[in-house]
Amino acid sequence: MTRSSLILLGALVACALSLVTSRHDARRLFVELEREQARARQFDTEYGQLQLEQSTWGMPARVEKIARENLRMQLPPAARVEIVDTTAKGTP
Amino acid sequence: MSGAATGFKRADATSLPLPRFRAPAVFGVLGLVFAGLLGRALYLQWVDNDFLQEKGAARFSREIELPAHRGRVVDRFGDVLAVSTPMKSLWTFSDKFDASPAELAALARVLETTPQKLAARVSANEDFAVLAKQIPPEQAARAMALKIKGLNEQNEYRRYYPGGEVAAQVVGFTGDKDAGQEGIELAQQSWLAGQVGSRRVIINRRGDAVEDVAAIRAPQAGRDLALSIDSRLQYVAYRELKAAVERFSARAGGVVVIDTKTGEILALANLPTYNPNARNKVARERMRNRALTDVFEPGSTMKPFTIATALETGKVRPDSMIHTEVGALTIGPNTIHDAHPAGPLTVEQVIQKSSNVGAAKIALSMPAETLWHAFSDAGFGTPPRTGFPGEVAGRLRPAKTWKPIEQATMSYGHGLSVNLVQLARAYTIFATDGELKPVTLFKTDGPVAGRPVVSPQTARAVRKMLEMATQPGGTAPKAQVPGYRVAGKTGTARKLEGRVYTSKYVASFVGFAPASNPRLVVAVMLDEPSGGAYYGGDVAGPVFSNVTGAALRMLGVPTDAPVDNVILPPPGSEIREET
Repeated sequence: MTRSSLILLGALVACALSLVTSRHDARRLFVELEREQARARQFDTEYGQLQLEQSTWGMPARVEKIARENLRMQLPPAARVEIVDTTAKGTP
Repeated sequence: MSGAATGFKRADATSLPLPRFRAPAVFGVLGLVFAGLLGRALYLQWVDNDFLQEKGAARFSREIELPAHRGRVVDRFGDVLAVSTPMKSLWTFSDKFDASPAELAALARVLETTPQKLAARVSANEDFAVLAKQIPPEQAARAMALKIKGLNEQNEYRRYYPGGEVAAQVVGFTGDKDAGQEGIELAQQSWLAGQVGSRRVIINRRGDAVEDVAAIRAPQAGRDLALSIDSRLQYVAYRELKAAVERFSARAGGVVVIDTKTGEILALANLPTYNPNARNKVARERMRNRALTDVFEPGSTMKPFTIATALETGKVRPDSMIHTEVGALTIGPNTIHDAHPAGPLTVEQVIQKSSNVGAAKIALSMPAETLWHAFSDAGFGTPPRTGFPGEVAGRLRPAKTWKPIEQATMSYGHGLSVNLVQLARAYTIFATDGELKPVTLFKTDGPVAGRPVVSPQTARAVRKMLEMATQPGGTAPKAQVPGYRVAGKTGTARKLEGRVYTSKYVASFVGFAPASNPRLVVAVMLDEPSGGAYYGGDVAGPVFSNVTGAALRMLGVPTDAPVDNVILPPPGSEIREET
């Protein structure tokens, strides 16, 4: 009688302690999850900003300006264009 | 000693008589107190329970709003046309704001303003003041780090349009609370908008969330939206239109580029325009997407539809001779003139040289009903249904109300009105083998089927006539493109103001290329060109040529002509179209 009571008491204490630990673990993991989610949101924000930056740098108007002014590129006049017909017979 | 004392007390207690009502009185008072407490407990437990639960929960739990950002608008290759990024606004209750002069100066430094301006902003409104609107989160964090009493921050989103004014009218913009206000942003609000979520959490002493308590309402981020627009083509169309509008001091203008296989609108440029990123003082009329919301009398660009109808009914063949008299045709009290009479013309030449008399004579050989049906089948009088808000149908009156003179003028595009997209869409009939393609502003996968309107033979015959119009002897040699065969029709229409035709013009050109296997329909319109030129062939033709040439190169469409194919007529011998 006393022995079985003692065993049950021991089991009870063990359960109670494990509940406390798991509860603590849950909280700790939750905080960690929170932090990661906040990071995810921050990356999302950064992604949007980078996209904005990319499309601003890549605007056709800007690309054209640089090509024309800095790199001195231009469209070749018709006389300097030769069209190679790849569908014609005899071409390598 | 203690025994003696106790004994003394006992003896004392037994000997002293108690007042008779003392015990009941004490019990009564205590009983009342207990009853009061019990009543209060019952009251709190049942009657006032909700309020107390709420107050209690507020001590340890908190509702957190989960932000959901608005979807992006991208072009057909995924390049961003509109994107939302988080911003913060700083605000305060005016009476709670309590900053020392030093703090105010520090805040002003962070916000890049002066303490005086900040103080003025706080005192400007009695209860609520916004100190900084939509500033970057890092800047807001630095401001909040000053820990000024009464200073609050709020999450907001700001919409950016990296393309600026180039595609402004198509994309539109959002207003307060990131809600669509114009253009696609408005039309697709429910698709783009996100749903804010929320969750209830238990917080610890430091205010960190430690546990979720109630069911989480997950935030729904807005979905991205892919438009049919090709940013590169859009830019070329805008650049060329802008150059032409400036060169001819036009009041407005528009360019539409449609893919003939899929019906997608690859470019839609409008002028005047505005910068959607800074639109505080922009007039409403600059925001209008004129190519879809404004109508004009198309003029000669309608002639191919008249001719196609006549070919369909078998009234004429492409080589039938039409006697254009001496350049005048009298119908009742009215006379139609050709300012450049050319004697008898074939049907092909009526298109090539854009003869009004020729088109009118052909139109009058058919019943009004037939012509109306043909115009209606080509999409005139019905909105183009691109998915854009506020697009108009144009005007095509029922055939019963047509007088003969009206039937004659409608054959060359007066007495009816269209918008530019409608006109471009109608030309898909000739760019394909007689199918009217549905047009859209949204990206589609692969070719779409059109609705057959005319027979393939008729479509090809008209295509040939339209190609003749861009060659020497036609009205639009300036529309030619090196390396490609092009086809199209000029329009030079006097503007109707009130009920009177003025000497202001709308110059237009609608065409397609390559003529051997059309890939693009390009429509160009300039409103009130001045500074000498106003003919569609001179004003809109070169825009068509530049846009089409660049577009075909970018899309890698194989050439179908040698690169030295452009032949311009000698000066002085240009064919002028009738207006």
